[in-house]
Amino acid sequence: MEKASLREAYGRALLELGKKDEDIVVLDADLSGSTKTGLFAKELPHRFFNLGVAEQDMMGTAAGLAASGKIPFASTFAIFATGRAWEQVRQSIAYVGLNVKIVASHGGITVGDDGGSHQSMEDIALMRILPNMVVIVPADAIEMRKVIYAIAHYKGPVYVRSSRINFPILYNEDYHFQIGKGSIVREGEDITIIATGLMVHYALEAAEELAKVGIEARVINMSTIKPIDKELIIESSKITGAILTAEEHLVLGGLGSAVCEVLAESYPVPIKRIGSLPIFT
Amino acid sequence: MEDRDIEKLKTLAKEIRKDILIMLNRATSGHTGGSLSVVEILIALFFVKMHHLPNDPHFRERDRFVLSKGHAAPALYAVLSKCGYFDRKELAGLRKLGSCLQGHPDSKFTPGIEVPSGSLGQGLSMANGISLALRLDNIPSRVYVVLGDGEVQEGQIWEAAMTAAHYKIDNLCAILDNNRLQIDGWVRDVMNIEPLPKKWEAFGWHVLETDGHDFNQILDVLDEAEKIKGKPTIIIAQTIKGKGVSFFENKVKYHGIAPTDEELEKALKELDG
Repeated sequence: MEKASLREAYGRALLELGKKDEDIVVLDADLSGSTKTGLFAKELPHRFFNLGVAEQDMMGTAAGLAASGKIPFASTFAIFATGRAWEQVRQSIAYVGLNVKIVASHGGITVGDDGGSHQSMEDIALMRILPNMVVIVPADAIEMRKVIYAIAHYKGPVYVRSSRINFPILYNEDYHFQIGKGSIVREGEDITIIATGLMVHYALEAAEELAKVGIEARVINMSTIKPIDKELIIESSKITGAILTAEEHLVLGGLGSAVCEVLAESYPVPIKRIGSLPIFT
Repeated sequence: MEDRDIEKLKTLAKEIRKDILIMLNRATSGHTGGSLSVVEILIALFFVKMHHLPNDPHFRERDRFVLSKGHAAPALYAVLSKCGYFDRKELAGLRKLGSCLQGHPDSKFTPGIEVPSGSLGQGLSMANGISLALRLDNIPSRVYVVLGDGEVQEGQIWEAAMTAAHYKIDNLCAILDNNRLQIDGWVRDVMNIEPLPKKWEAFGWHVLETDGHDFNQILDVLDEAEKIKGKPTIIIAQTIKGKGVSFFENKVKYHGIAPTDEELEKALKELDG
């Protein structure tokens, strides 16, 4: 299966946007080779700021740039963007809804070899809880590119999580991404699997396995986790009567929790959350 | 604004101090000591040095101001009100729900506030970002940021200090309100931050020092700071916590409490005397 890098897609989209819009500025904290902001840095160095290994300062600097009308994209690994600098993101950015785009790579457990210290399994929860913050987890490189274009034109703080590893290609160029809208990637009437990021691909595999035993699963790519697509969740639970969520994140606070919140208040159906147990391994 | 009549500025300082104490007394909580120590610095900036238009708070060529030691918000509010950013009657709402004057500076609610501040240590990074944006846009404005002395115990301050020097941010001037007290006691006892001038110099800054209550000196160093190119400047202002009211001066107790009715009456008398 053809795979592509979400990080590369981000770096290229950023450069294209930067060439068109003088207000786009990019910040990184010594990981521009990994996050791929280096592509922007190479061609538009006067609008690229490397803050060194200093994520808190990076978020504050981004806030100041945004307060002055710039559109800052700040990148580092997910664990540092959302953990190390959480209070800066809260106070300096989200609190007044500043137009900062935090695009973090190396989300989830697939960072792998770097070990538990670098496996970001709480980032979706940490960003989802912040008022004003939009949270997006793209499922392939094409969606990533569309997401970057969409958020560049959206005014307000956004967190985008990508991954170290390459993901299979899910969409073609005709795909239309809209902030706050999930997309049905497989139809079925027996159960709905709502997945995000890498797990969309596993959900599709699982659906094929289920089909072999006569169970047809609807699969949703819920790339925007906040604001979540309530209509699609409720419609799907009405059609299929049961929900399974799947995410590369703890089962606490992320996609599964977001879906539970909608269902518990609006249309309770049986639900099971697939994700990492809330333990450090 | 360019009126260097020192006697006028001194009278203004008394009025601002009275406003601060009345606001804090009415609010029944807030930071008395650190608001009184920063009065002359704020007046020198807003009434002499800074180019700004209270009736057009967002005009492009304005000089920018960030109160990183956000707990001194009452002093800033009193100054902004005196400048004409908002009606004086708003001062009565300090710290009240729904008021435009929240406990710490909040750019959502208060005209003249550029960015939110008050969670200590974050203002210098934001001031750097503002300075870089001005530079990118070729706007010749200056950015002023006031830091507390206890505040520089925050690690982010030193991250931002490196950034300002690394990017040669010379449209930025930091002013450190060195009143030597923090909420738990003398700064030197809680967590020593000295030697301040050597530390900032080592981080690549041009360091100036002043008596933070002497308008002539403050204005001189602010003028000098403007001439420094290729590096950021910090003015270390020696100040007295609680300045202007004898029984608040150098008293750690008044870092974080408001004057009682009795204290207010006494303080106002002293300021008028």
